Amino acid sequence: MIETKQEVTAGAAHTGATHAGAAPAARWEPQIVAFCCNYCAYAAADLAGSKRMQYPANVRIIHAPCTGKIEMEHILDAFEKGIDGVLVAGCLEGGCHFLEGNLRARGRTDRIREILEEIGVGAERLKMVNLSAAMAPAFVQRVEEIVEAVRALGPSPLKSSRRKESAGEP
Amino acid sequence: MIVASPKSITELKNLVAPHSKVLFVGCGTCVTVCLAGGEREVSIASYAVRMARRIEGKPIEIAQTTIERQCENEFIKDLAEPAAKAEAIVSFGCGAGVQAIAERFPAKPVYPALNTQFLGILEEQAIWTEKCLGCGDCMLADFGGICPVTRCAKRMLNGPCGGSTETACEVDHDRPCAWQLIYNRLKGIDQLARLEAIVPPKDWSTAWHGGARRIVRKEHRL
Repeated sequence: MIETKQEVTAGAAHTGATHAGAAPAARWEPQIVAFCCNYCAYAAADLAGSKRMQYPANVRIIHAPCTGKIEMEHILDAFEKGIDGVLVAGCLEGGCHFLEGNLRARGRTDRIREILEEIGVGAERLKMVNLSAAMAPAFVQRVEEIVEAVRALGPSPLKSSRRKESAGEP
Repeated sequence: MIVASPKSITELKNLVAPHSKVLFVGCGTCVTVCLAGGEREVSIASYAVRMARRIEGKPIEIAQTTIERQCENEFIKDLAEPAAKAEAIVSFGCGAGVQAIAERFPAKPVYPALNTQFLGILEEQAIWTEKCLGCGDCMLADFGGICPVTRCAKRMLNGPCGGSTETACEVDHDRPCAWQLIYNRLKGIDQLARLEAIVPPKDWSTAWHGGARRIVRKEHRL
């Protein structure tokens, strides 16, 4: 298990080296991962698509059975791999399909925000929101908000440190 | 069980500051149950320390493993191989676990990742309370199964102090008065007469105050 993680990190660093060696990107765009609950945010994102609503392409959605199923390690892993921001989107409080999954997720995201702040990544790069399956406009708005918030913060310090490390590689 | 709480990420990071390759070792017994030093907590702390070190420009390699019990040599021996590859070991066990590992690997620095707190129980989700001081001379029979030595802030053995109320301890208003609990309990089991007896001053020579204790059970010795 540990070896697998090291391999993944090494692989990511290698990719970074390739990028670092290439011509600099025209403009940095934040990369955001959105963990979306199947019963609300994922359906809301789907609805937003059906309604032809536009939202920033910076977001990559990860389909979760419930926000309560998202382990703290999943979010930390995203940050370690250099993602600029993470959105956790769960059901409205009191409306969790599994009763309290979203409340558990809230406690976990709050703890990760503390850790991110403590280690210098910044708490604002992680946000949890609550919405229902019918709230497509709210989903779009939340996505726009986190993209703008992360854009204002700039690239993740882990992204730049990884580039620096890999740039130094032979 | 033994209840512990995690040290902050900053403390952990400072502990491993001189090293670039360390082994984080979780314990699968008490500290897993109290959500402080199990496999998951080791993994989360590893992510945090790794990221913090990368931001500082001093990457660290962290190997992780969790053994069933850090306080037993039988399980610690599984660490020999990963420990050989690491400059230092960070133990997510209780104080006993940290010391057992340190004894087993005399040439490796071993650091504690937790603050060991007390012997207690899970009161409700993520709330633990202290129940036993390990005084070496259990008096629970006299007090209806509620320990005034541990749970009364003043360790009163013959009834409550003057400052408590029916519900709360004078020292901490969020804590119930142990003597009120003892009274209710003895009343419930019809043993209020026990309170008539005067309990003499406790003999503390069986407790920690004489230094670290040792138990030898001849019938189990080989």
